[in-house]
Amino acid sequence: MAISLQNEKRLPQGRLAVVSYVIVAMVALLLFGFWKLQIVDSERYAQMAERNRVRSIPIIAPRGSMLDREGRVLVDNYPSFSVLLLRDDPAQVEKSLPQIADGLGMTLDELKQQIDASKAMPKFQPIVIKPEASPSDIAFIESHRSDIPVLEMLMVHRRRYPHGDLLASAVGYTGEVSAEQVEASDSKLKPGDTVGKSGLERQYNETLMGTDGMRRVIVNSIGKEVGRLEQQDAIPGKPIQLTIDYDLQAIAEADFANKEGALVALDGRTGEVLAMVSRPTFNPKDFAVRIQNAEWAELNSDPETPLLNRAIQAQLAPGSVFKIAMATAMLESKAIPETYSVYCPGYANFYGRTFHCDHAHGNVDLHKGIVASCDVFFYNVGKMLGIDLIAKYANGLGLGRRTGIDLPGEEAGLVPSEDWVQRVYHHKWYPGSTISVAIGQGAVMVTPIQLARMVAAVASGGTLIQPHLLKNQTGLKTGYFPISDDTVRQVTDGMWGVVNEPDGTTSGLVKLENVDFSGKTGTAQVESFDHQNKTGKKLKENGWFVGLAPRRNPEIVVAALVQRGGWGSTSAAPIVRDVVKAYYAKKAGPLDRQYTTNAAQPEVLAISKKDAAVAVTQPER
Amino acid sequence: MHKSGGIQDYDWWLLAIAFSICGVGTLEIWSATHASYLAGMHKHQLEWIGLGVVLMLLLSRLDYHLIMDQAPVLYLIAIIALIAVLAMGHSRFGAKRWLPILGGLLQVSELVKLIIIVVMARFFSEVRSDQLGLADLVKAAAIVGLPIVLIMKQPDLGTALVLLPLVAVGAFLAGLQWKHSLAILALAAVMVPVGYHFLKPYQKERVTTFLRPEDDPRGAGYQILQSKIAVGSGGFWGKGLGHGSQNQLGFVPVRYSDFILAALAEELGFAGVFVALLLYMFLLLRLVQNAQRANDRAGMFLVMGVAAVLGFHVLVNVAMVIGMMPVTGIPLPLMSYGGSATLFVFLALGLVMNVRIRRFVN
Repeated sequence: MAISLQNEKRLPQGRLAVVSYVIVAMVALLLFGFWKLQIVDSERYAQMAERNRVRSIPIIAPRGSMLDREGRVLVDNYPSFSVLLLRDDPAQVEKSLPQIADGLGMTLDELKQQIDASKAMPKFQPIVIKPEASPSDIAFIESHRSDIPVLEMLMVHRRRYPHGDLLASAVGYTGEVSAEQVEASDSKLKPGDTVGKSGLERQYNETLMGTDGMRRVIVNSIGKEVGRLEQQDAIPGKPIQLTIDYDLQAIAEADFANKEGALVALDGRTGEVLAMVSRPTFNPKDFAVRIQNAEWAELNSDPETPLLNRAIQAQLAPGSVFKIAMATAMLESKAIPETYSVYCPGYANFYGRTFHCDHAHGNVDLHKGIVASCDVFFYNVGKMLGIDLIAKYANGLGLGRRTGIDLPGEEAGLVPSEDWVQRVYHHKWYPGSTISVAIGQGAVMVTPIQLARMVAAVASGGTLIQPHLLKNQTGLKTGYFPISDDTVRQVTDGMWGVVNEPDGTTSGLVKLENVDFSGKTGTAQVESFDHQNKTGKKLKENGWFVGLAPRRNPEIVVAALVQRGGWGSTSAAPIVRDVVKAYYAKKAGPLDRQYTTNAAQPEVLAISKKDAAVAVTQPER
Repeated sequence: MHKSGGIQDYDWWLLAIAFSICGVGTLEIWSATHASYLAGMHKHQLEWIGLGVVLMLLLSRLDYHLIMDQAPVLYLIAIIALIAVLAMGHSRFGAKRWLPILGGLLQVSELVKLIIIVVMARFFSEVRSDQLGLADLVKAAAIVGLPIVLIMKQPDLGTALVLLPLVAVGAFLAGLQWKHSLAILALAAVMVPVGYHFLKPYQKERVTTFLRPEDDPRGAGYQILQSKIAVGSGGFWGKGLGHGSQNQLGFVPVRYSDFILAALAEELGFAGVFVALLLYMFLLLRLVQNAQRANDRAGMFLVMGVAAVLGFHVLVNVAMVIGMMPVTGIPLPLMSYGGSATLFVFLALGLVMNVRIRRFVN
């Protein structure tokens, strides 16, 4: 590069000196700024700093209540107090801890743990150290306002379940929002929020949850409130009205006392769920405050799975209720003449194996096959149809797939087929398996709600309603699997016979006066005969009954499952009858509760006019 | 070949001042965070300082003439890195500023600042006459303009602005003519309202709330107001280390980083601030002195480039803390918590040492 050495070495000393002066001037200017803030206006800023001790105390929005179809309260809230710890003075907090622990009946470790857990929050935000304050806690806080200024009380709303565990599995429970939910919520949720964790609480969380408000109070240096800033009111959650009929629900629940199983009652025309039971269940009250770890672990590890909603999550063999699908397949596919009959000696042999029947039925046609639930008749029908035709009709009637009910976690069940065996077990379908499937055993698995919907579909010419719990719901999807009138007539007449004819499986035990009550029993083995022989033990069967009234285009369809209940006719059928009977009694006039043995008188809570007005926003269809 | 000096040729005064600032900064980082979930930050800062010192010594050994010979290549690397960060960088706080390098996230614009210091020093040292011509001035503006545009796209207005004093000081020392400087000032006066139009909404908000912070004490004006309250309430002697309620309770935003001087002002008062600002003044004056004694114009421009950038950092950050300038997110050199920023300052000091130890070389 051709630069003269002379020029390269000559530095602009004058201008460098100017830069030095600029630096000194700059620092002087900045120091002047500090002098003005820290010396001249110091007093003013010190006051502002004092005023800066603003405490933000949340105003918790109450969750929306849940009402039954007549506006009666199923779930609402009660006011309660939480104990808040104010952390803006760490020294005072540290000093008061032993006294606080003692006064609130907590251990010092517990208290410290809670403080540790929220150390990432700014110190001017208080934390909840005891979610449910007892009267003595409140007295403790009030009497120590001056010497323990770091405690405060927060009004909260807790879930109240006026009917105990009634409808608990469908209602679900609430709890503190998880970190993942906060992340996924697009900043709608914040840590510490209460959200629906299961059931309807979760399904309709957005409606039910309100928006918390905030009260900003100014406190002086010793934590005493000296003024208030703006207050942001809480927006309460909206109530939801359910399709549940409290009266029917109460009767069903009472009938299920000490039993294990599930029940679903649907309006066969609309899909409205009138009652839904799952037993055993949990007491939602346990979740209203903050569930203790031990209790939670117990509920989760309980072999009786109380947290499961069996009405939509139990996947079990349907037993003879499946014969409704078989009868429909036989008539609709026309693969077998409808006059087909068979002689039942009490057993039959297929593929070198003996399959049993309940007893020797003699000559059996389709009507008698349904009425007396003859296995031999349906073994033969199944053999002639083959598994794929059976699967086609069972699937068409909604078995083996979700009904789309507005509850989280619905199970699909399973209808086996050649494809399925190939896909899952990588072998060909054994024709012998078809014989078991024909009577609702073997690999076929359904949920109670699927059975209720299937029977409603068969009785109404193939309309597959979408079961739902929210009243006045729009956008329901109705499926259609056309069934001819003749098939509807024959199958439903068979179900009428089950209840009303002398050789029906219910032996006339569940007949109802003046009600066109029909149904189908099922008694499903819990394990195979082989297994029973090996273990020498015999578990009692699962009893099923799906009832409907009237027999065509039913207003009400009820599926009941009594696990380990034995015969469906004696375990499940009487419960269904009670519910259907109550339904008709209600239609006839005001319900008096004399007809069930052990239904407790429910306490019906008045609901405020405002709630009712909000709940019924859409006109009845 | 130039012969470099020995250990005694390092500027020990400059190092002593820098370490004093680091010490004050680390102490205040500890004080502002020790009682919160951020506790332990000061240890990370010490690690960065340690790494910075090592890098500084390494860079000082490599003759600055060799570095300046590579200016065009370095410039190309800087531009590619800036495009890369826009294309695939990591976003944090809504801005793309980080590239994953060596298992960590490097804030690319810090590296770019260093490179532009070298590039501008090379450019101005090659201007032949004592008077800077208009053509050279336009060239200088173009060289700096490209990275400025790329950095503003991240968006990082603060760092983009840091490159401007580099041109200003360089041009001044290269013999900027008065008529040109007046023209630039006039042009700037016209450009500011136009430029304001192109700012992002949050940047506009910062400017308006800077002008009238009391209008919006709960929103964007909050940061400035809280900072001023913390500083003002500190008084002459301060509230004592660890006892500044405004920063300890979290009212002062990022009290360990951009607003560390507010935390220091609250806890150590005007007395503490006075000492800190004098340290910065001595640091900058010491840099000018090194420039005055440089062996050639290239070294002088290199040192003054460092001085210009550090001086601008101090000015903008401190003025922000006391509400004299809007919030721009420019850290206080050697005091604010942060890896990339700390490494940048030590590397820049490495360039200064580089020039210093070769001052007697012929």
